Amino acid sequence: MLINEFLLLGAVLFCIGIYGVIARKNAVMVLMAIELILNAVNLNLLAFALRNGSPDGHVFALYVIAVAAAEVGVGLGLVLLIYRNKRTIALDELSEMKG
Amino acid sequence: MLAETLVAQNISFGIIATVMVVGAIRVVTSKNVVHAALWLVCVLAGAAAQYLLVYAEFVAITQILVYVGAVMVLFLFGVMLTRARIGNENDLNNKNWALGIPVALTMFAAMAIASTAVRIDTQAVSDAIFKPYLLPFWALSFVLLVAVIGAIVLARKD
Repeated sequence: MLINEFLLLGAVLFCIGIYGVIARKNAVMVLMAIELILNAVNLNLLAFALRNGSPDGHVFALYVIAVAAAEVGVGLGLVLLIYRNKRTIALDELSEMKG
Repeated sequence: MLAETLVAQNISFGIIATVMVVGAIRVVTSKNVVHAALWLVCVLAGAAAQYLLVYAEFVAITQILVYVGAVMVLFLFGVMLTRARIGNENDLNNKNWALGIPVALTMFAAMAIASTAVRIDTQAVSDAIFKPYLLPFWALSFVLLVAVIGAIVLARKD
């Protein structure tokens, strides 16, 4: 019933998240856009779980939520460390790895 | 399934989806970091409501607990610890921000075509992956343990 609409909503959120990752300069804002992308993936997983009538998609969505929590914890730890060392989290000023 | 249930589901889906899309656009365009975080709360809570619509109660509750409860607090702490000033800012986008629009639109076109013509046998894949899904669960607990220890080690002042 709602499956195609769910997939479209997931696609919209995913692409807004992609735009955020590309356009944003603040590292915390980029992490927020990554959360949008992960939520779009969860919408897709649950839509497929509904279509197949199986709980596996729910399990996978829970895994994604847990991994996203771990990712945010480590990511914000890294951002804090970068801020402490460089006094900035603007991503285009952190270009030491550019050749 | 009752026809009234279907109609109600579709109407609520439309309302919540509109709120989520508007909120997501505000997240990536807002000039204020704290406002972006609060719009993200709106999107995440809307996602939880959508999960309820597809009978995924447990995932919806976990979404509220983990995302709205824990992850957003982490984000607000991150904003607080890394930004000197709270308020509007004009240079939150980087130089190549306009590149993001064509990339996102192209991806959306591809995904819209794929998702309206979707015929994937996910059942076989998920059966293969998740018949023994205790093992990934254990792996996940180790991932979380490593993440907690790693975040503490990274953020601790020595």
